[in-house]
Amino acid sequence: MEENQPIRFFNRGPSPAVRLVFFALLSLLLLFVDVRYRYLESIRSGLSVLLYPLQRLVTAPSKLWHEVDDFFVSHNSLIRNNAELRNQHTLDIAQLLQLQVLKAENQHLRNLLMVQQRADYPMQLAEIMYVERDIFNRKILLDKGAQANVLAGQIVMDDSGIVGQVTRVYPWMSEVTLITDKDHAVPVQVLRNGLRAVVFGTGDTGELALRYMPISSDIENGDLLVTSGIDGTYPPGLPVAKVIHVERDPAYPFARILCAPIAGVDKRRQLLILSALLKLPERPKVVVETATDKPKNGKRGGR
Amino acid sequence: MRDRIRKDQEFQLPVSRIFIATSLLVALLLDWLPWQGFWLAFRPDFVALVLLYWCTHKPYHVGISIAWTVGILADVANASLFGQHALAYSVLAFSGIVLHRRVLMFNLHQQTLQIFPLLLLAYTVYAAVQWQLRGSISWEYFIGSAVSALLWTPVTILLQALRRSRAASDQL
Repeated sequence: MEENQPIRFFNRGPSPAVRLVFFALLSLLLLFVDVRYRYLESIRSGLSVLLYPLQRLVTAPSKLWHEVDDFFVSHNSLIRNNAELRNQHTLDIAQLLQLQVLKAENQHLRNLLMVQQRADYPMQLAEIMYVERDIFNRKILLDKGAQANVLAGQIVMDDSGIVGQVTRVYPWMSEVTLITDKDHAVPVQVLRNGLRAVVFGTGDTGELALRYMPISSDIENGDLLVTSGIDGTYPPGLPVAKVIHVERDPAYPFARILCAPIAGVDKRRQLLILSALLKLPERPKVVVETATDKPKNGKRGGR
Repeated sequence: MRDRIRKDQEFQLPVSRIFIATSLLVALLLDWLPWQGFWLAFRPDFVALVLLYWCTHKPYHVGISIAWTVGILADVANASLFGQHALAYSVLAFSGIVLHRRVLMFNLHQQTLQIFPLLLLAYTVYAAVQWQLRGSISWEYFIGSAVSALLWTPVTILLQALRRSRAASDQL
């Protein structure tokens, strides 16, 4: 019996199985702590500082490629682009003039109404360092972080609409959760009739879902959804999505409504970070709105 | 026959820790390349491959502890949950160490079939954690394990060649 036992000449430490159990338990503990609590954020950000130069190094070739690509843009297309932009610019200027008049008028009216003024949101430009390669959570890393005063919870948008929200901030980077991320919710409003709703991400970058809307709700194909600003996180009036598919099946209590995000969630390289987290003065307004909601609930209860 | 002799020689070749560390670092960098869109589903896991190579060829040099540490680094860079990659790589390293004699018995093409289940196991662990904690799973993720298994032969040949050239330069 003893002859079958392998002779151990060298002490190799604990056997692989023991090690596996130890490290598996350690990983599970870390997983649990990471999911439940937020103790590990400082460790994560510390390690990310160590890894930052390496990550920069890895993205260098593609960056170089983009730069070379930009350099060799043909003369013709530049001229064409320029002409197009000029046209667009004149059109925009005409609209901007109207906007300024309207803004002044609006401000005046708001002053008259003694309503809290809607602030212009300061924003900063950030470039996508890279898109997550993890197929499960498609997050984006931007090249601005705590050093550029980015805070978790700030909104990220491109020139056409909302892209997502900063969820984690490292010293020189920040991590953005996309609005199309699974179960990410954005409070919205239908631009056409002001109907309020919440739009959820589906995990697919080209699709959002408007859940819990009754079958009778007034939503049509092509309706534009803008942020309602009720949650106090997303500033009001920014375009979010366009309704692309409405299915009203009486067998289900809710209509099945699909939307397409307006912003190129996975198309842009430059994004804007809205630095409008200091919205403390607007808090009372939220309270007022919930207060106005209450009688409505009471009415519904009475019905 | 010649194959076997060469294998025996390689078995005795010394391997420096710096070389192991460099290969793992390069694998991490390859994993961090910006894969996008359609190609994301086909993304092979170079770190898993290189780890598996060292665990089967040098099971006493590279063990579960190194796999776990590399996994933590991958977790930070990929913004996945802390311990998710670490757990998957630990399981992978364990299976590689336990089965290293069996895997090395076969020639390179047969090895591909032998290591595919191990990679699939590691991928399953990762996806299971994701499924339990985040409630979402995407099946195209598993394509990556097949692509990784197909890359086993090139990666092995490359690493063997690099090791051989090092040994040759040591002799000089």
